[in-house]
Amino acid sequence: MGRITLDKVSKSFGEVNVIPPLDLTIEDGEFVVFVGPSGCGKSTLLRLIAGLEDVSGGQIRIDSQDATTTPPAKRGLAMVFQSYALYPHMSVRKNIAFPLKMAGMDQAEQEKRVDYAAKVLNLADYIDRRPGQLSGGQRQRVAIGRAIVREPSAFLFDEPLSNLDAALRVNMRLEISELHNNLKTTMIYVTHDQVEAMTMADKIVVLQAGVIEQVGSPLELYQTPRNLFVAGFIGSPKMNFFSGQEAAKHDAATIGVRPEHLDVSTSEGLWKAKVGVAEHLGSDTFLYVHPEGVETLEDTVTVRVDGEMALRHGDEVWLTPQDGKIHRFDGAGLRIA
Amino acid sequence: MATQHSRAAARLMNAPAVFVLLVWMLIPLCMTIYFSFMDYRPLRGVADCCVGFQNYERFITSSSFLSSVATTLIMVGGILAITVIGGVLLALLLDQPIWGQGIVRILVIAPFFVMPTVSALVWKNMFMNPVNGLFAYLWKFFGATPIDWLSELPLFSIIWIVSWQWLPFATLILLTAVQSLSSEQLEASEMDGAGALSRFTYIILPHLGRAITVVILIQTIFLLSIFAEIFVTTNGAFGTRTLTYLVYQRVLESQNIGLGSAGGILAVILANIVAIFLMRIVGKNLDN
Repeated sequence: MGRITLDKVSKSFGEVNVIPPLDLTIEDGEFVVFVGPSGCGKSTLLRLIAGLEDVSGGQIRIDSQDATTTPPAKRGLAMVFQSYALYPHMSVRKNIAFPLKMAGMDQAEQEKRVDYAAKVLNLADYIDRRPGQLSGGQRQRVAIGRAIVREPSAFLFDEPLSNLDAALRVNMRLEISELHNNLKTTMIYVTHDQVEAMTMADKIVVLQAGVIEQVGSPLELYQTPRNLFVAGFIGSPKMNFFSGQEAAKHDAATIGVRPEHLDVSTSEGLWKAKVGVAEHLGSDTFLYVHPEGVETLEDTVTVRVDGEMALRHGDEVWLTPQDGKIHRFDGAGLRIA
Repeated sequence: MATQHSRAAARLMNAPAVFVLLVWMLIPLCMTIYFSFMDYRPLRGVADCCVGFQNYERFITSSSFLSSVATTLIMVGGILAITVIGGVLLALLLDQPIWGQGIVRILVIAPFFVMPTVSALVWKNMFMNPVNGLFAYLWKFFGATPIDWLSELPLFSIIWIVSWQWLPFATLILLTAVQSLSSEQLEASEMDGAGALSRFTYIILPHLGRAITVVILIQTIFLLSIFAEIFVTTNGAFGTRTLTYLVYQRVLESQNIGLGSAGGILAVILANIVAIFLMRIVGKNLDN
């Protein structure tokens, strides 16, 4: 079981209020991702749950037991750190067995659990090596192994993939998702990468400056972002925003259209624009176009077009937003239903 | 740095330093070896060349040789134990955020800047003097008989004085090592259920291994040649005569340069044996 409830939890470092009082419930077995820009308090929030930081106010409940002042080791949670935090002088086996040894478990049971974890994570071949002799992905798996053997009620991941190269990151993303499917244990995952959030989460918590901007499934956030921040943060490439007259036509202060919801034509359309940089990915092409006569929040508008479309720097194009794909926001940046 | 040209230039520029080092080391060493095979007593006007291993034989078979080797080992070992254990504890203490940290750290390092002769004299006269020393006042305050440190516990006293001088060095090196331990590792072990003591034995101590090795190696080199502290406190009496001090006595007090030189060469050989043992035992830590 691993149901975690935060009740008016707040944190301040001296004068600086990092997290104003915040409520959040994480259901048992859920994969929850905290996502937000650097310095938004997502790691601090995770460390509060882990018990590595003391809360300044409010209550943390784990399985409806008050755990606010419980020491980290007694909370039944396991954490995977950004730097993996493996013990460099111990072999992989000893690293994984460390929490069991600290718990005073007998030798036979320790070995059984370590062997099981090594099998699940494909570590059997490296079991007697030191962390220094492993690659980044292998170290990552050792760190996860060390978390698994404790059979915790929830796993906490603090940006675990940010030190890996792009290809490995995709791999590990799949492995962690797979692990969650097998173990069905609650997982809380912190990242600044919205792609990781979208691909892995059951529930995404978008944070900005310690405040929860929106909580919801990946598709909810994509389809109905609650405000300008979430709209701009979720989705890649990010949403285009138009203001002024174009927005007023839709009774809004700002309207947003995602790059994939803009139709491009070389002959006719709503907004005229000039093509700037074109990024050809093969399957898709991202066009960064400079609109003419339309007020936008940023200089360029991003459009996602078919990979076969042959457009060059300086070409003139017309953009038309697709029907029903326009997001409307009021003066305060909130979504207009 | 890998081209043929730059390597040649590097060798050329290294040459003077290598040459000076060789001259500095080899000439005294060769002369000592030469003297050690001579019967050379300048005050008596004796300078007979080539008496074979007679000096070595006399030095080794004299009753003071073995006891001086033992004294040296006890002294070096005692000082190493105190400085390493004390250094680890002090480093952990200084790593804690405390008010006035900068000043405290400078104060801790201060003893290292005091010259050995001066610090030995200060300890001898201000602390360990059985009549006027601070310890004597402390003992009398509690109604006990003051201890005459330098004659009752001479070896311990010298170990204590030298440890006081070398503790800052050990603390400094170990402190930088403690500070280089990633906090995530400590947090991870905390989450893994390790208490303060387990964190120390399983995480901090192994992390300090390499630094402790460096401290032990460097200190051993310097401690094998302790001289000033013995000279100003006990003059080698009461069982505080180390090998270095014995060599000094043979050369200057007995005015027997041949015998002293033989002792010096033996000291070099013994120091190398100790060094090889140390490298074997702790040198593993310097790998990887």
